[in-house]
Amino acid sequence: MTDRGAPVSDLRELYQEVILDHNRRPRNFRTIEGANRHAEGYNPLCGDRLSLYLKVEDGVIEDASFQGSGCAISKASASMMTDSVKGKTLSEARDMFEQFQQMVTGNAAPLALPERLGKLAVFEGVRNYPARVKCASLAWHTLRSAVDAKDEVVSTEAE
Amino acid sequence: MTSIAGIAAPSQAGFDVRRIREDFPILWQTVHGKPLVYLDNAATAQKPRAVLDALMAYYSEDNANVHRGVHLLSERATQVFEDARATVQRFINAASTREIVFTRNATEAINLVAQTFGRARVGPRDEVVISAMEHHSNIVPWQMVCEEKGASLRVIPITDEGALQIEEYERLLGPHTRLVSIVHLSNVLGTINPVQEMIATAHRHGVPVLVDGAQAASHMTVDVQALDADFYVFTGHKLYGPTGIGVLYGKERLLEDMPPYQGGGDMIKSVTFEKTTYNALPYKFEAGTPNIAGAVGLAAAVDYVTGIGMDRITAQERELLAYGTAALSGVPSLRLIGTAPEKASVLSFVMDGVHPHDIGTVVDQEGVAIRTGHHCAQPLMQRLGIPATARASLALYNTREEIDVLAAALHKVRELFT
Repeated sequence: MTDRGAPVSDLRELYQEVILDHNRRPRNFRTIEGANRHAEGYNPLCGDRLSLYLKVEDGVIEDASFQGSGCAISKASASMMTDSVKGKTLSEARDMFEQFQQMVTGNAAPLALPERLGKLAVFEGVRNYPARVKCASLAWHTLRSAVDAKDEVVSTEAE
Repeated sequence: MTSIAGIAAPSQAGFDVRRIREDFPILWQTVHGKPLVYLDNAATAQKPRAVLDALMAYYSEDNANVHRGVHLLSERATQVFEDARATVQRFINAASTREIVFTRNATEAINLVAQTFGRARVGPRDEVVISAMEHHSNIVPWQMVCEEKGASLRVIPITDEGALQIEEYERLLGPHTRLVSIVHLSNVLGTINPVQEMIATAHRHGVPVLVDGAQAASHMTVDVQALDADFYVFTGHKLYGPTGIGVLYGKERLLEDMPPYQGGGDMIKSVTFEKTTYNALPYKFEAGTPNIAGAVGLAAAVDYVTGIGMDRITAQERELLAYGTAALSGVPSLRLIGTAPEKASVLSFVMDGVHPHDIGTVVDQEGVAIRTGHHCAQPLMQRLGIPATARASLALYNTREEIDVLAAALHKVRELFT
């Protein structure tokens, strides 16, 4: 028998405990009263939808939240993302988007500035599961749209 | 995971699956270090060596363009291409090879009917009847025609189990109904629709019926004359044949009256700049060089399947479906989607608190290939109130041991996400 699959990888590398925890108990899973930025994310391949809400004051993200349905990876990604961008400037959030994209697509290893991603590094395992990269990045694409104040539905297939 | 007790050994109707598996080279591999368990057959089925050999033989020995050359290779290519048409004709018991049109796939076959028959027959305020369990390929082509013509789609509702509400169906048929287009075997639910009765009902109202047999053709005997189907479409690649070859069956009388689909070579009798006379059936609908090798491969697949016997395949798969239904029912918090009394080959399911994509990734690590998502049936997902399902779909080469591997993998999913 020939083996044509990728090298055997431990599922726990993808589904780390912190990801499973955010999947079970997503943080910031709500709307925001007085949100002034909002964007919708959509992955037509799996039907996942995500609504992202930001409250931005003086260029700083004071609050971030999301709602929607999705897989463990996309839910945990949105949950941890909304946690981590709170208190960041819009420009810092854009930077984090770039860093995150590089991490999950495996375009740049090692990470240029790993400390900027902090806990988000748990998503590094996603790069070994090409079919799941979009699950992790849906929330981030939606964030970028909200940060850029684009009034459109972001699709993972629109690149 | 041990075998589910209480289910008998393969019946005499069945066959030796281990021997069958020797015919499918792709199955002899491991993925992620585990033996491949291929349960995504509703998306595409694997190909037996007989099909691979037929493709190789065609390109090695007979390849030439068809219907034109006077040289020997062109004659041979034409012969094997037309033999393939005859094989398909016998396979679905069509009255004539003139009723067998080769297309790219089932989708193109439906579009062909929509763009020719549909555009010629459907007018303002007319109606096309489909069902709530259609694949996008049997929704969008009709939507396009309806939009252009100011007509509307009427949708036969389904029960929560995934069966058609037949009493509603008859109510939808009226003086404005121009066509019924209905799936034979649902790719999401596995439901087998009572198309023979539905066709008889439609015919009482003078309405023709297209049957989408993309899934059905590989799982059950299809007799288009017994069904009295006006159109029947299916695709080669789900029937163990190559991709890029599909079939439109149409009653000769209807095909005769339909305008051509695409213009070009092969579909004409004579061309001047003033006037073109179209070719006879079925060539009128086959513009350009066809997928000759695809047709040859499809014929080899049909021969393979009929060599085993479609009735035996149906019986074997029915037992495996029952075994799989029992095995999956034993997985905690798993809910089967599609539990109609008449079912075949499809096990769609959801698990509480676990998205289908996560299920798919986890079982893939165990070597099990299943499909997750909306299965190109978004309106059906909306009707069922779920974003997606996980789907295991069976073929003639699947075994109980493979079902056991799937069930064990699903227990792992449960452990990981609890």
